[in-house]
Amino acid sequence: MASPNDGQQPGFPAESAAHAPFVDVRRDASGRLAVSFGGDWRIGSALPDLTPVHAALSDKTPQILVLAAPRLSAWDSRFLTQLMGLADLAESRGITVDTAQLPRGVCSLLQLAHAVPERMDTGREPDDPSWLAAVGRWSQWLVQDFRDLLAFVGEATLSMGSVVVGKARFRRVDLLRLMQDCGAMALPIVSLISLLVGLILAFVGAVQLQMFGAQVYIADLVGLGMTREMGALMTAVIVSGRSGAAFAAQLGTMNVNQEIDAFKAMGISTFDFLVVPRLLALISMMPILCLYAMLMGIIGGAIVAVAFFDISVSEYITETLRVVQMRHFLIGLFKGLVFGVLVGTAGCLRGMQCGRSASAVGDAATSAVVTSIVFIVVADSVLTLVFNRLRL
Amino acid sequence: MQPNPDLGETAYIAVRDLTMAFADRVIQRDLNFAVRRGEIFVVMGGSGCGKSTLLRHLLGLQQPAKGAVFYAARSLWESPPSERAAILRKTGVLFQSGALWSSMTLVENVALPLGQFTDLPPGEIEAIARLKLALVGLAGFEEYYPAELSGGMQKRAGLARAMALDPDILFFDEPSAGLDPLSAKRLDDLILSLRDNLGATIVVVTHELASIFAIADNSIFLDAESQTIIATGNPRDLLADSTDVRVREFLTRGRHYRGDRGPDRADEGRV
Repeated sequence: MASPNDGQQPGFPAESAAHAPFVDVRRDASGRLAVSFGGDWRIGSALPDLTPVHAALSDKTPQILVLAAPRLSAWDSRFLTQLMGLADLAESRGITVDTAQLPRGVCSLLQLAHAVPERMDTGREPDDPSWLAAVGRWSQWLVQDFRDLLAFVGEATLSMGSVVVGKARFRRVDLLRLMQDCGAMALPIVSLISLLVGLILAFVGAVQLQMFGAQVYIADLVGLGMTREMGALMTAVIVSGRSGAAFAAQLGTMNVNQEIDAFKAMGISTFDFLVVPRLLALISMMPILCLYAMLMGIIGGAIVAVAFFDISVSEYITETLRVVQMRHFLIGLFKGLVFGVLVGTAGCLRGMQCGRSASAVGDAATSAVVTSIVFIVVADSVLTLVFNRLRL
Repeated sequence: MQPNPDLGETAYIAVRDLTMAFADRVIQRDLNFAVRRGEIFVVMGGSGCGKSTLLRHLLGLQQPAKGAVFYAARSLWESPPSERAAILRKTGVLFQSGALWSSMTLVENVALPLGQFTDLPPGEIEAIARLKLALVGLAGFEEYYPAELSGGMQKRAGLARAMALDPDILFFDEPSAGLDPLSAKRLDDLILSLRDNLGATIVVVTHELASIFAIADNSIFLDAESQTIIATGNPRDLLADSTDVRVREFLTRGRHYRGDRGPDRADEGRV
């Protein structure tokens, strides 16, 4: 055993003790392999090569491995893992390991690490790396996710039905607050984005139209584009990022905090109380936001037309009024309504599916946005095709 | 749904052959026990033995893999949803973290179940909610949000909410977890007074020895290794009479175990 001044404790070494680590291997005639360590064996020091020790353990197998550390100046977990590696190797070759000469602290930590044998029945294997298994698991997840979606839509429909017949269970103040969050609070970002989308549409179209001297048709392009398509689409993307993600995070956090359990244990339906007001808030606010986005987009187009392409304000307004009709607005508003339902569904579904950890809440929010955008784009394609076939 | 024959008049909650599992991993199997009306019943056992999972089964939050839970001889899981809701309305629960609804003030938290399940006018609901908060010593904190309170206060507010509908049965999940000894003692006293003054039946899940000895009339001991109940009875009697080394080790904080067997590793000095 070394004296206390040799720095046998983990942690800060004596100032002078920054010795390079070394290892010394000696074999005696009676089949004992003596390995002694010295110097600074900590994370951050460059460790010596242990291959001589490994080699000595492999060839002409000794009977006893004696570990000692008479001149060890400092050590930490790294020393322990190195020792455990050597000890495991020795034991796998049937060599007895003698640790009695190691510092007391090292000895007791090694014993502690071996005190509870590893549980083999925990039912958790390392992940199967085969791609076939991954594909299989992914398809299973997909099927399960689709079932969850169906169950969610079913429950939500029943709860919405009870609202329609006048049996709302949620608090009115919650609905109003949600409407404010989803609607009024989104106005600045919706203004900015749709104004810029209107500008972009106008520029993209104007460069082509100018070649034919048909700049005035910028108004047609922007007017139809914003009302039928871009107003609803851009609003839906913004709302999915603001409100869809927020819904998933709110419900997910409530799940983590057992607040959802508290509702269920009390017999209060989480759909009546949490999902329905969120869906209602989006259903009522989305068409209004869409209408606002359409107007902002048309204004953006007008700015470009007037400022860069010599079209007067009155010309632009007349052309817009001539071409944009009520049905174009209605198509856009209908799309906005559908997107609102989809964003609300994706956000609440992912929130209710959320696991019980902080990272699960983050995943739920991410997944809510991804799911809503997929829903939105697919629904938009289908609706555009349908309206086109119907010649609307 | 037939009444269970071997439940006496006194059995208020009865669990029969209950097996709990997550997917394929069984937590506990074939549990049988009964809770009498008006007693404090403690579910104890080491961490991870399935105490809280058992509570989730009793509360209807998780469906049993096998077996049944009876409330006054009515099966929780075989009843139609409306009847299950009626059974659960007679229960209140204090979750481990309090689980208050974080977007509402304390008084709104307590008032919500009243508003959902009674036809009382709003003024009266608020009066009752304030009374419940006063009973747990939180008068003056009605307009606070849960996040603004200490852990002990959140638990007491959670208890006020659990008591909102004057339930017959109260469940407590680790009531003393995260509380200092004095707050834990006060909560124990509160639990005792709930039984004595309101005649409530109380089920407490805990591993806190001081609480167990202070409040339990009856108890079961769940063991993770053997996946079943290894002892039943009053904890003081168990401490005095139980011959099971695992129960004695738990109830004496391991003293008994070490005392009998001495140092349990003979391979000292070896890896």
